[in-house]
Amino acid sequence: MQETALLLARIQFGFTVSFHIIFPAITIGLASYLAVLEGCWLRSRNPVFKQLYQFWSRIFALNFGMGVVSGLVMAYEFGTNWSGFSAFAGSITGPLLTYEVLTAFFLEAGFLGVMLFGWSKVGEKLHFFATLMVAIGTLISATWILASNSWMQTPAGYEIVDGKVIPTDWLAIIFNPSFPYRLVHMGLAAFLSTALMVGASAAWHLLKGRDSAAIRTMLMMAIGMLMVVTPLQIIAGDAHGINTLEHQPAKVAAMEGHWRNESAGEGVPLLLFGWPDNEAETTHFAFGIPHLGSLILTHSWDGTFKGLSEFPADERPNATAVFWSFRVMVGLGTLMLLLGVWGVWAWWRRTLFSNRRLLRFALLMGPTGLIALLAGWFTTELGRQPWVVYGLLKTADAASPHQALELTISLVLFVIVYGLIFGTGIRYMLRLIAQGPDHNIETTLSTVRQAPLSNTEQGE
Amino acid sequence: MGIDTAAIWAVIILVGVMLYVIADGFDLGVGLLFPFVNGEKDRDRMMASVAPIWDGNETWLVLGGAALMAAFPLAYAVVLSALYLPIVFMLIGLILRGVAFEARAKSSDASRHLWNKAFFAGSLLASFSQGVTLGSYLNGIRVVDGQFAGTAWDWISPFSLFCGVALSATYALLGSTWLIMKTDGLLQSLMRRLTYPLVIMLLVFMLVVSIWTPLGHPAIAERWFSLPNLYWLAPLPIVTLLACVWLLCSVKQGEATPFLMTLVVVMLGFIGLGISLWPNVIPPALNFWPPGIDIWEASSPVASQGFALVGALVIIPIILMYSAWSYYVFRGKVSAEDAYH
Repeated sequence: MQETALLLARIQFGFTVSFHIIFPAITIGLASYLAVLEGCWLRSRNPVFKQLYQFWSRIFALNFGMGVVSGLVMAYEFGTNWSGFSAFAGSITGPLLTYEVLTAFFLEAGFLGVMLFGWSKVGEKLHFFATLMVAIGTLISATWILASNSWMQTPAGYEIVDGKVIPTDWLAIIFNPSFPYRLVHMGLAAFLSTALMVGASAAWHLLKGRDSAAIRTMLMMAIGMLMVVTPLQIIAGDAHGINTLEHQPAKVAAMEGHWRNESAGEGVPLLLFGWPDNEAETTHFAFGIPHLGSLILTHSWDGTFKGLSEFPADERPNATAVFWSFRVMVGLGTLMLLLGVWGVWAWWRRTLFSNRRLLRFALLMGPTGLIALLAGWFTTELGRQPWVVYGLLKTADAASPHQALELTISLVLFVIVYGLIFGTGIRYMLRLIAQGPDHNIETTLSTVRQAPLSNTEQGE
Repeated sequence: MGIDTAAIWAVIILVGVMLYVIADGFDLGVGLLFPFVNGEKDRDRMMASVAPIWDGNETWLVLGGAALMAAFPLAYAVVLSALYLPIVFMLIGLILRGVAFEARAKSSDASRHLWNKAFFAGSLLASFSQGVTLGSYLNGIRVVDGQFAGTAWDWISPFSLFCGVALSATYALLGSTWLIMKTDGLLQSLMRRLTYPLVIMLLVFMLVVSIWTPLGHPAIAERWFSLPNLYWLAPLPIVTLLACVWLLCSVKQGEATPFLMTLVVVMLGFIGLGISLWPNVIPPALNFWPPGIDIWEASSPVASQGFALVGALVIIPIILMYSAWSYYVFRGKVSAEDAYH
């Protein structure tokens, strides 16, 4: 019974957080994109930028609303479902979340209204300021929540008194060992996800034969962003991996499907494929490149690191899940790099807007940023198991004393409502994207500023 | 012992929740009034009157949750576990209506009525669940060794269900008087007509709570009716009553006065509840031992409360400033043009 309840609580958290995480990722990326677009428009007065701003701000608004309400669930779920965790570590995660609310959520919410509805109410500069505040708010929010999440991965700056965490050094808590890596990695992932989405929507319109200055600008900005950010992301990911090896060796062993060191001096291979078997403590069908694992993780030819079998059985994550989610992330990242390079090459050859094979590839890559982001999230979160606060509190001790019945009721409700409401919301987002920036621009909100159009002009 | 950070945090959280109740109260109320209004144009105006600000209003609820975890992690863990299901229902209601804001504007004409219904149903579910949550919280929570010791269904009681209805009516009143202020013409006169019965309902509900809670909880009766306290606290119900009278008189002609008076009444009612509860953060359950837990027992370490307090005291005034600015930008009556797209 208890085990069922724990499993249900974990499924519920995984479900709600996975749904939630895609909205803020797009919010972070789009908010910065909108700030750049408005800045470009104010500088150049090129109407294409304003057109793109109006187009993407409608998608942003819908996405933001879904992020807010799905995030509200998270703010309460720590108490409703994880009272053991809250009572144990609330003294640290609580203040961090409070700072997130104070410095980020209010900032975003306070200026969002002006950003979306304020074109006719405030001046251009003030409107740009509002956009900037929203964009900065999303980045501040990411900073606090990743400080909190990183602290759960690599706790620092605390002591334990009477079975509860007591903060002793807030700087050490915020700048805990994995925080800088996680922040950069996640921030870049949000930018990449958004760039891929923008690029895919441009590619879709071009494939449909809708070619315009706005669409071309979207594609160029997306490809440029990919070309710059993907290599940075690979560097950041590598550094994050090495940091994880130092602080959470069991996670890295699971990511690599690495169980034991066969013999000295052999080095660790980089497995491209395999099926880690948690029971047999081995990776079946392993196929890899000798020594590459050592090279990447220890930066030496035959360096080695602890295998998963060297950890107690009840302190190991599920290697199969971690191994594969990690490979999904890395595989998609490689494809992103390919898209960036191919795109820049085509740009240089002046075939960027006409190469249908490239455009189809860009379209297919549209959702992969978010998929990779989720896969990376699973890697790091499942890789931390069975701990909820690494080395300090096990997930099993963190759950609220609920029975399976009420957890089933709430889980069913969440699945139905999320599927229905967010499903429809996402469909609307895709429909807006499909309409494109050139559709119906006369009726978007910002034109209120100009002389009102008569009904006949407004058209459909 | 230096500054009593626990007491300061208790006040901040109470004020934050009060700001939430009045701010999200009127925009939830707008949703509750949706079925009384015919015609998409009027519904557009109702939506447009809160669309730019609802999100900031709801952030006070997030602050309430986060601050409770920061300052009183024990209470956060116990109270939220105890009120698990009503809180889940509330969150689901808030999801329905929050997404409806944007989705309704982007839906086709054929499916708009579905989002109207989602907006109303979400507002009702959220309001009612908040009332139930409040009611069962006031009724007290069974706690043993810092863990919730009741059942998943403790929150269902005549009093909590009554509070669900009462809070929904309160929000509807906040919504109707808000719309008197923000609209004109036929919509405004409809809201004026709806306000009268809502005021009467609110008065009755407040009276019932004022009788029910001291009867059920001797400690609350002691707080209000023991002798020196009675003199100090007597002005509260008297001023509330006067504000209600002023409210009723202003409904016919007033523009902003009905809304302002409703704010006063709701705030006074809220302060009354705060006085009944203080200093418990987990109110005692009736006929149950051990008793509730006060704010000092439930406190996080001073290092946590102090760290978060510095931020709160510096940043909350700034938040209030730019939130006020945002309200100022969208002042005045809403016209159909302010609606989305």
